[in-house]
Amino acid sequence: MVSTNLTRFLDSLSSKRHVRHLIYSLSIIIFLALILTPPILGILLKWNLMGEIFTQPNLTSRAASAIYASFAIALFVSIIDILAGLPMAWFIARGKSQWLSVLDTLADIPFILPTVTLGYSLLLFWSKPEGISSLFGGNSLITPGWLLIILLHFTFSYPVIVRVMVGALLDYKIVYEEASRTLGAAPLTADRTVTLPILKPALIAAFVLAFARSISETGATFLVAGTFENGPVFIKNAREAQSEGPLVLVSFILIAVSCMIYATIRLLGTRLKIPVKKVWPLAERRLSSLGVTTFRNLSTIAIFLILVLTPSLFVAFPAVYAVTGGTLSQALTGSGVWQAYWQSLTLSYLLGMVVTLLNILIGLPMAVLIARKRVGRAPSTVLDVLVNIPMIVPSIALGASLGIFWGNFAFVPEVLLLIFSHLAITYPYFVRAMTAAIERIDMDLEEASRILGARPFAVFRTVILPLTKYSMFSGAIMMFTRSVDETGATLAVYKTLKTAPVLLVDWVTRKPPFASVSPLEISLGAGFLVVFSFVILLVLRFVTKGRGRA
Amino acid sequence: MPEVRVVNVTKKFGQKIVAVDNVSLHVKDKEYFSLLGPSGCGKTTLLRLIAGLIKPDEGEVYIENQLVNDVPPEERGIGFVFQTFALFPHMNTWDNVTYGPRVKALEKEKSERIGREVLEMVRLYERLDAFPNELSGGMMQRVALARALAAGAKLLLLDEPLGQLDAKVRNELRYELRRMVKELELTAIHVTHDQAEAMAISDRIAVMKKGRILQVGTPEELYMRPQHIFVAHFIGESNFLEGYVTRVESGEATIELRGGILVRSMDETKKKGDKVVIAVRPEVLAIEKERRRNTNTLLGEVERVRFEGTNIRYEVRLENEDMVVVVRPALREEWFNVGEKVTVSFPAEKSLVFVYPEKGLGEELSVE
Repeated sequence: MVSTNLTRFLDSLSSKRHVRHLIYSLSIIIFLALILTPPILGILLKWNLMGEIFTQPNLTSRAASAIYASFAIALFVSIIDILAGLPMAWFIARGKSQWLSVLDTLADIPFILPTVTLGYSLLLFWSKPEGISSLFGGNSLITPGWLLIILLHFTFSYPVIVRVMVGALLDYKIVYEEASRTLGAAPLTADRTVTLPILKPALIAAFVLAFARSISETGATFLVAGTFENGPVFIKNAREAQSEGPLVLVSFILIAVSCMIYATIRLLGTRLKIPVKKVWPLAERRLSSLGVTTFRNLSTIAIFLILVLTPSLFVAFPAVYAVTGGTLSQALTGSGVWQAYWQSLTLSYLLGMVVTLLNILIGLPMAVLIARKRVGRAPSTVLDVLVNIPMIVPSIALGASLGIFWGNFAFVPEVLLLIFSHLAITYPYFVRAMTAAIERIDMDLEEASRILGARPFAVFRTVILPLTKYSMFSGAIMMFTRSVDETGATLAVYKTLKTAPVLLVDWVTRKPPFASVSPLEISLGAGFLVVFSFVILLVLRFVTKGRGRA
Repeated sequence: MPEVRVVNVTKKFGQKIVAVDNVSLHVKDKEYFSLLGPSGCGKTTLLRLIAGLIKPDEGEVYIENQLVNDVPPEERGIGFVFQTFALFPHMNTWDNVTYGPRVKALEKEKSERIGREVLEMVRLYERLDAFPNELSGGMMQRVALARALAAGAKLLLLDEPLGQLDAKVRNELRYELRRMVKELELTAIHVTHDQAEAMAISDRIAVMKKGRILQVGTPEELYMRPQHIFVAHFIGESNFLEGYVTRVESGEATIELRGGILVRSMDETKKKGDKVVIAVRPEVLAIEKERRRNTNTLLGEVERVRFEGTNIRYEVRLENEDMVVVVRPALREEWFNVGEKVTVSFPAEKSLVFVYPEKGLGEELSVE
């Protein structure tokens, strides 16, 4: 009875134009006040300190190299991810074996593993004697440094490419390819001259996502960087050395250049032409043969298994050993370092839940605003672009500038700082997902509902929500895991409260008081994160089963 | 020159759906052949099997007497016009049309000459630079056709090529399609669910239902001498009257309809006692005011009248409660009004007798 009255009250409230305007205005104000403006102001507040770095040539050189390294690695990794991930996506989307769904799930693994776990797993696999190094008679096949960073970034961006391109290929109308085949084109010619150009928007989106992930990644990068510095590692080191000027300058450059690159890709990407006029019928027919195709598919799977999956899951071995040894019982009783671990894990999940709920509350009106262009076409497009900004800038840079801004307000407790920084990182993911879901709903359905007498809130409650609930749920899961996984921004703002990924970074780097944490303990700690992530993925798969994937 | 033979071809989707069920077919060289049937009857699947876009589970497909089961579509020498046109959205008209010659690496001058010729043939040369989203439905259809023709194939496969167009454009383009195919001396296999379209442009038609071919013949053969009750129903329109054979003599069957009405039909294949259905076309039925009883006359009352331009359509409730449709030329005969008592009659030689279907008349005539 109470809920019915409340629903009726909200329905009637929503029919008042000024109430709707208030809600939409509030969502824009909150976005600007909590998410977009603080990082910008944080940089501007310390503008005068940026010049400090130029008085120290070594520091200037270090900063320049770090910034260059970030963008060079991101560009290189995004290109090789496309080259390696696209054939895999093709194989999954077009293949006919029942095992492909298994491959599809496996390809997601690096995506759902917490990146700090991924980083540690790759460190073990490539750089420690326990890993592949022993097969080559050495202690470390690939030492921590730029090459290991590239391998790490390649690994965690690979699923992004595969996911985006599988979706695009499944949505793609196969009739175009059939048409080109009936006109005499060999399969490879058809793919190159027809399919790829039509999928260009998806390719660009995949490239941008992979680039953004690489630029942004901090926690795992720190584990595998050794003495090498990219932008995020430089910022972390500067924070620990309390060098505010260099920290602010590098943060500013990373943010500004990321935004410029994103804008450039958005504007020029559509003009990028994939060459379609030239054909090599004989060569492309040979390359389309069964033998060549089989070789390509096998190579694709081999690259995935050797460079992506095995290194990602390698941490499972010591984790299993830790379980069968005595480490598990210590972990479950919370003794020793494990007390701090469980506290951090609890903090991570509580933070994730709070951030998820807040994002739903403040992000949903924004998604409706953008999807339905409630403020007009041009302003909605501007909002759409602005919402993406936190997603494409390095999270540690974002966190650093947020920390500087909120640091001016002594009454802001540390936990709130963590919430604000996680909110800024995760907000775009939810708004993007919900905007896309709402845009997919035919306007006719809403109009039919209004004509039948439903007030705006009733339309939202009875039409939009039911049709977007799976997107909302999967968006919430993604937000939650993103928050739990978030390391960079947390490293930039925390004082005493450590989330699980930050704690794991301290364990791996033997930061006091964790200098004596054993490898088995680290592996088990990482293993717990992996198990919980898998459970969340299974829940997501179960709920969204059969929707949006053939 | 391409003739097409399909021999005992079967195609299943999953365990339960038999899309094409042991079909055999022969399309002659330079013939304009249509596959006609309701949605889901397997006609598009059969076309795609001929094109090589899917493979048969059983049977063989021959093009120019060559077995092509394992030959991919790009090597079958076919042109295919899709129902949705499938114009490449990232290419303009010129690039779409010259795609076939380009992927076959023809010389540039030859590709361009072919492109110009086919675009002039379809009267779209002035829209070279237009992209598909800038063209009307009729224009897109013509570009799709030009593209298929420019590929140089002698066998043209068309999957409901006019299905997306409005009625007037459809009526105009169907004749243009046949004219171009005949001019270029192509063999064409055209899939459609529109029997008027198939009748207007085809040399021969295969009527399909539930994955099987019921009858192959010229439009006249199918219309005047349907061999299956579904063909009588699907091609044109028929009245169906149920009854029992009471006598067969001198090539004529006497059938007792509901209510004891006796009619005669030219049929000697049925036996006394057989349950049958008589099919009579609406335009074959005569209607008059004078109430009389004679051979093949049925008394009734006009229940509904519809003016259809060229014709008047009467729905007449017979004395035995059966309903018949009578179609008469609007301008040449007197009109009848609702409620008028009339006599409906038909000549014995213009009716057809079918064995009553095992599954029931409704099920047999269903188009779903």
